[in-house]
Amino acid sequence: MRINPRKTQLMARIVIWSAAIIVLVILFSIIIYILSKGIPHITWQFLTQIPSDMGRSGGISSAIVGTLAVTLVAIVVATPFGVGTAFYLTEYTRESVITKIVRFSAESLAGIPSIVYGLFGFIFFVIYLKLGWSILSGGLTLAVMILPTIIRTSEEAIRTVPPMYREVSFSLGGTKWQTMIKILIPSALPGIATGIILGIGRCVAETAAVILTAGSALQMPTSLFSPARTMAVHFYILASEGISLEKAFATAALLIILILLINIGANMLVSRFVAKGH
Amino acid sequence: MKKFGERIPQGLFFIVALSALSVLALITVFIFIEGVPLIAKVGFFNFVFGMKWAPSLGQYGIFPMIVGTVFVTLGAIILGVPVALCCSIFLAEFAPKKLSNLVRPAIQLLAGIPSVVYGFWGLIFIVPAIRNYLGGPGLSVLAGSIILAIMILPTVISISEVSLLALPPLLKEGAFALGATHWQTIRTVLIPSAKSGILASIILGIGRAVGETMAVIMVLGNAVALPKSILDPARTLTTNIGIEMGYASGEHQQALFATGIVLLVIIMILNAAAQYAVRRK
Amino acid sequence: MKKSIFKYPKFLRVSIVLYLIISLLSLTLLSGCSRNKNSVIIAGSTSVQPFAEVLAEEYMILHPGIEIDVQGGGSTAGILATQSGTCDIGMSSRSLQGDETSLWSFEIARDGLAIVVNPANPVNNLTLEDVRDIYSGKITNWSVLNGKKSEIHVFTREDGSGTRSSFESLVMGNTEIMARAMVENSNGAIRQLVADDPYSIGFISLGLVDKTVKAVELDGVIPTREHVIDGSYNLSRPFLFLCLKEPTGPVKDFIDFTLSDKGKQILNDQGLITVGVNP
Repeated sequence: MRINPRKTQLMARIVIWSAAIIVLVILFSIIIYILSKGIPHITWQFLTQIPSDMGRSGGISSAIVGTLAVTLVAIVVATPFGVGTAFYLTEYTRESVITKIVRFSAESLAGIPSIVYGLFGFIFFVIYLKLGWSILSGGLTLAVMILPTIIRTSEEAIRTVPPMYREVSFSLGGTKWQTMIKILIPSALPGIATGIILGIGRCVAETAAVILTAGSALQMPTSLFSPARTMAVHFYILASEGISLEKAFATAALLIILILLINIGANMLVSRFVAKGH
Repeated sequence: MKKFGERIPQGLFFIVALSALSVLALITVFIFIEGVPLIAKVGFFNFVFGMKWAPSLGQYGIFPMIVGTVFVTLGAIILGVPVALCCSIFLAEFAPKKLSNLVRPAIQLLAGIPSVVYGFWGLIFIVPAIRNYLGGPGLSVLAGSIILAIMILPTVISISEVSLLALPPLLKEGAFALGATHWQTIRTVLIPSAKSGILASIILGIGRAVGETMAVIMVLGNAVALPKSILDPARTLTTNIGIEMGYASGEHQQALFATGIVLLVIIMILNAAAQYAVRRK
Repeated sequence: MKKSIFKYPKFLRVSIVLYLIISLLSLTLLSGCSRNKNSVIIAGSTSVQPFAEVLAEEYMILHPGIEIDVQGGGSTAGILATQSGTCDIGMSSRSLQGDETSLWSFEIARDGLAIVVNPANPVNNLTLEDVRDIYSGKITNWSVLNGKKSEIHVFTREDGSGTRSSFESLVMGNTEIMARAMVENSNGAIRQLVADDPYSIGFISLGLVDKTVKAVELDGVIPTREHVIDGSYNLSRPFLFLCLKEPTGPVKDFIDFTLSDKGKQILNDQGLITVGVNP
């Protein structure tokens, strides 16, 4: 006996709405729980003092600086190399077995667990290159980690620029270089920017690869060679060792707010370009 | 003259691309150079299927960790994918525009939250709940699965939703014209048509689950023994590396790189599967 | 379409300038082409870490120009880092073995090793053999020890931990810790988990025991600082500072500070045991 399709429709609606509600409840319970427990402790002192007593008191200013420094190094290094590689692959080479292999490798490398990058960074940057636990070691490790992502998204963005744009530019007498600067980069910019912002998000959230390359020192870093803690690492240590629940929540809340801002910035950037152009 | 002006940027890009690609190649080569000798020394079957991980005794069997990874990932898929699929259908088909415009960025935010935050949340809520109501120490495969299920939700939801939205409206209209209800349309027309995208999202979710380290270290218990039930503590391939990375040296360190090779191979297989799924459309 | 394309080159110029500014900013952070000569990096045992932190804080107040960075990782990690030159001072909570003994080592204090259970656990004392049997998996239920009827949740440290090594040599002997024991990588983590789980057992540094956990009596002896000093509670291990070569400069200065009366007073106040200062 077939069930009335209207009944199955109703059942399906119930199940689907329930699933959506479950997801929303989980989502909000995590975010709101942490924000509600953490934001009250985000004071001006919290943002400007360095941690003391293993993080039980003081603030997290050194961790904030550490996060920014490590992310900055990673982006500054990875962006030109990533975007440049993407350009080379799409514009200067023909589609061949080699490019297919390169693309597949970039995909695979983008999916490798970050701990493997951490292991590589620890052995290579910290010990072998003798950079020690430092912002440089951490930043370079993160740069290598986000490089495949940037290459992939940039390549995707450049490839989806309609060939017509290039042809029009060439027919007007433009060289490959001029075409690239005046036409391709601007058109592909939203996609490239998305990749970079994805990379920034990953750097801010990363813990496993950072803890063993940038170290976990509490002091304010004074140079690229100083060890530094990032907020994610600081949160991990505070939370897993039960040092200070308050500060842990506050750090987590700050992290969530930061990621929220990054996401909003990304969306604004993309919608601005999409609205403007084609 | 023009030709020469073209050569410079081409050369520049070539150097840039070469450096970037060689660094990426360096990592792969590095991992293999460090890891392969150990696999050769211990023996492939002893390494992959060995039951005992005891570096201080020179024993490097990663089977308990493979089982840990498989259990935890499987659990995450079983718990997470159905919910995620329903949610993506909700966003694509049932939600009023205002609601979906609110929910979508919220899910994006979920995707960006550091994994250690999830781990901590799991430590506070999930682990005690398991311990009090189901037994065992609470630090368990189940706890890991639940946390990972939550963590892969954004990935599966957003990509599946995109696949559903990308379908030509003609498909839906045709089904309605034939008298199908909304749900019948979804079940018989839309989901099968978006199959490759949905499959790709699931595979990407699996990839994320396999690669997760920090959240899992916090809730899994990290015992080296083979987990015999979902309430047992366990170790995954990633957490094994994470815990022992700091103090491993010599052979032990090589064993960790060898574990990295296994992870790399798993990811490559997953990637190939994802590309195959997408291409089959 | 023509209009929008021509708008972009300006934005492109702006983004290139932005990139140059960011790169310049990063380069100015490179103040010091090699590691800051006035920085001391200390790494290793998570047991010694909080105490090294306190010493470092005090020291930096007295010597504002010096930067001391302390991080954990475990005793073995610290020893390896010292040997490879990645850190200036290594911290260890176990004695050195094998070729590690070629390092310069300074015992800065002694610390007791406490076996801890949840405060709600009715069990207050255990024999050394009990502990060994629990950790080897011979005893699996608290009811055998007059506790509640429940499986014992056993916590241990990671392999490279000095605390674990000391525990293994002082308590386990030749018996192995069971594979089912759950592994955490710091004293703090074990303390937190034991504080949460009424059926758990773990071992942590005596100096880190607080109200959230209960340290059990071993063979009838209450684990206190005094009992460690007079020898009746015999689970104790040395806290060591290690250097690759003879310390000079700020490294030497800091170690001297740690071994001085002031340093010893700080460590004593924190709950450790030092030679030559009255308890």
